[in-house]
Amino acid sequence: MSKQIRQLERVVIRFAGDSGDGMQLTGDRFTSETAQLGNDISTLPNFPAEIRAPAGTLPGVSSFQVHFADYDILTPGDAPNVLVAMNPAALKANLADLPRGADIIVNTDEFTRRNLAKVGYASSPLDDDTLAGYAVHPVALTSMTIGALAELDVSKKDAERAKNMFALGLLSWMYSRPYDSTLRFLERKFAKRPELVAANVAAFKAGWNFGETTEDFAVRYEVKPAKMPPGTYRNITGNAALSLGLVAAGVRSGLPVFLGAYPITPASDILHELSKHKRFGVTTMQAEDEIAAIGAALGASYGGALGVTTTSGPGVALKGETISLAVALELPLVIVDVQRAGPSTGMPTKTEQADLNMALFGRHGEAPVAVVAPKSPSDCFHAALEAARIALTYRTPVILLSDNYVANGSEPWLLPEVDSLPDLRVEFATAPNGEDGTTFLPYLRDPQTLARPWAVPGTPGLEHRIGGLEKADKTGDISYDPANHDYMVRTRAARIETIPVPDVEVEDPDGDARVLVLGWGSTYGPIGAACRALRQRGLPVAQAHLRHLAPMPANLGAVLRSYDRVVIPEMNLGQLAHVIRGRYLVDAIGYNQVRGLPFTAAELETMLEEVLKNV
Amino acid sequence: MSEPVALKLTAKDFKSDQEVRWCPGCGDYAILAAVQQFMPELNIPRENIVFVSGIGCSSRFPYYMNTYGMHSIHGRAPAIATGLSVSRPDLSVWVVTGDGDALSIGGNHLIHALRRNVNLKILLFNNRIYGLTKGQYSPTSEVGKITKSTPVGSADAPFNPLSLALGAEATFVGRTIDSDRKHLQSVLRAAAEHEGSAFVEIYQNCNIFNDGAFEQLKEPGTRDDYLIRLEHGQPITFGKDGQFCVVHPPGGFGLEVRETASTPAEEIVVHDATVADPAYAFALSRLPGFDLRNTPIGVFRSVRRPSYDSVVQGQLADARATVSETPEQQLAGLLGSGDTWTIVG
Repeated sequence: MSKQIRQLERVVIRFAGDSGDGMQLTGDRFTSETAQLGNDISTLPNFPAEIRAPAGTLPGVSSFQVHFADYDILTPGDAPNVLVAMNPAALKANLADLPRGADIIVNTDEFTRRNLAKVGYASSPLDDDTLAGYAVHPVALTSMTIGALAELDVSKKDAERAKNMFALGLLSWMYSRPYDSTLRFLERKFAKRPELVAANVAAFKAGWNFGETTEDFAVRYEVKPAKMPPGTYRNITGNAALSLGLVAAGVRSGLPVFLGAYPITPASDILHELSKHKRFGVTTMQAEDEIAAIGAALGASYGGALGVTTTSGPGVALKGETISLAVALELPLVIVDVQRAGPSTGMPTKTEQADLNMALFGRHGEAPVAVVAPKSPSDCFHAALEAARIALTYRTPVILLSDNYVANGSEPWLLPEVDSLPDLRVEFATAPNGEDGTTFLPYLRDPQTLARPWAVPGTPGLEHRIGGLEKADKTGDISYDPANHDYMVRTRAARIETIPVPDVEVEDPDGDARVLVLGWGSTYGPIGAACRALRQRGLPVAQAHLRHLAPMPANLGAVLRSYDRVVIPEMNLGQLAHVIRGRYLVDAIGYNQVRGLPFTAAELETMLEEVLKNV
Repeated sequence: MSEPVALKLTAKDFKSDQEVRWCPGCGDYAILAAVQQFMPELNIPRENIVFVSGIGCSSRFPYYMNTYGMHSIHGRAPAIATGLSVSRPDLSVWVVTGDGDALSIGGNHLIHALRRNVNLKILLFNNRIYGLTKGQYSPTSEVGKITKSTPVGSADAPFNPLSLALGAEATFVGRTIDSDRKHLQSVLRAAAEHEGSAFVEIYQNCNIFNDGAFEQLKEPGTRDDYLIRLEHGQPITFGKDGQFCVVHPPGGFGLEVRETASTPAEEIVVHDATVADPAYAFALSRLPGFDLRNTPIGVFRSVRRPSYDSVVQGQLADARATVSETPEQQLAGLLGSGDTWTIVG
């Protein structure tokens, strides 16, 4: 039977199941197949903090959303066109996000009375009118998988566990995905257990063939490759890109990278990734706590390494005193904060942008640091290099504010040429810098950068002592002199404030917008998608996005003042808006949401439309 | 390997130009002078020596040493020094700390540096009081200590620093006294020769807030009867006339002090700092009473275990031994690893 093939411009699929159902892996594989095809992609994993929440319950639902298109896209999509629900909990947890008419593929084997009762379904939603208006495809996923594997030498449990590959096979067929990379992946993943390679491949093919033969799926879809700039691409998550950016910073600076880290969600993957790159001279140390992690990183920086520490909000709170020490010592240090929903433990696997205040101001004394934020998963690579550049050039701690959304989300990344990456080489001090030719002045500054010399232990003739006590200008000797302290405080502020950062760029294609949307960090995608949608409807709106939060771009004030209205959407209660109002006296409008999820483009579009009406 | 060139440094070379600002009569002066006098023995160029300290009176130490030095933040010196030491194995890294710095706010970093066996020489100046904050009790103050913050006596039991270090499986543990320069330098010498963490407790007198805390160990009339001077390979006897000895009673867990005259010679414990089981050194650390009687000084324990630094550097060296490309070529390979696809323009 030949099936009808329909062309689509874009599709959003959400795979949802129990935490143990392998939905993240299924989503990853589908994404990889889709990347191979050349579609533009954006993904959004969403999972509980519990490793294995009670099976079949709503808190245990894990999902992975992938948006792919034949044009360039900016977000993982607001609403899925297709939901794969591996059990009743997955259906119930995700149904509200589905527009009417969406396809729902359900694993009917899991719709038992017991599983239905666990999530409060009195009767099966497959039998009543709960799913009226949706295109429901009931599939006995578990039993068909077990059936397909009957001839193989695998336990029933292993056979049952392969059901995610059946689902992947079915979806791969539906959307005409090339699956070679998945077969190769399964061979790698189960290299030590060939029977599991066979089982998972068989399950995948059974799912594919089921789509091909069953009458329930009458249509097959294609999404043509997107027109993207030429070059070599790979799909990458923010945490992976950030890790590679740090490795690249080591190569481009010629310095060893030293990471001190304490495991914390959602930053731990950076520690895992960097621990694999010892051949680049990258040292990773899993410290006894957050404070030791940054302490060790600072000690390594003192010794001439690029010291890095990675954490999330609660960890930054603990590191505050050491960041202040690094401010006083004027040594390079990169502090990565992969933000998550707070306060306190909050929602560790959910996203938020509420650490901006802490990054800008969260230290004792006047302790300014530079702050950089990536705008998308692949941008984490370049943002990490930029953080390292500022840290090394200006001898200062730099906070890199990622968040769970960009850290775990993924998108295609156009691989850069290594030669095109910034040159981060530094010069250590090698000789006395005093006028007498023999004295070393550890706080004599470079007049351009205001950076002090980086004189690492082991350099003869430059033996000196530094510390947290206030230092006299130039000599670095302990000083309680009032005028000196005032001078040093102002100088430390000036040396951050005068770091040259690129001007903020404004996207206003027709130049006739009166409203500017200002964002920072991971909101770039949803804001961009909303602005595009408005422009397509003939409603002009301008977008500007901040990568540098400290110092801010020199042209920002002028940009803000050239619009009638400035709107600042943030996943916090208005932290950037507060800074902008205070600094530029601009009456910015905040749009704030802290649900642990990224903005949808649709909600921003609706909000902005209201603003546009009232200008 | 060729013989190292004698650097011919003197104590004066290790004195910085900074005015020393401890209280007159502070035990820290004696320790500083002893360390400065000892340093030339190491025959290590000054630029390869780093002193890292935390916060407290003792932590001003690095300012007075003409080496590299960092006066950091309260309790964190072992963590900072760990990052420095592991990434710069060519340096000789010393940590100077006090009882509050190392055992209160920084307790966690101390025990983890010791269990990792980071190549640090950790000098803990123990005066059993908070000096810089003007006289509160410390984690080594005796129960019932009356101080500014404990007007009716402290309620908490003290740490025994050596017991703590041994519990953390420190590979080198010693104790000495500020006023006995010769002994202090002998322990520093042994610590400096040790590969891995060397933990040295130095009894130090705070003449302002806790004067005479160790007086019995210093007073010519009492010290010989109070102090047990540990010598590797020697039977442990002490007292003015060697009238006391240390035995391991059968059936007991620890060590006890007996009269030498009534103890058969073969029952007297022969000190062996290289005993693998930390229980022996731990038992030594439990000998002193509240009145400081039976206080052992010297090297309690000195055993071999690979340092954290050497293991980490070994892993890096192994990984780099497999590399034949330039770093840029390696990086290009890393960036392009995994599933990639190419779009032709």
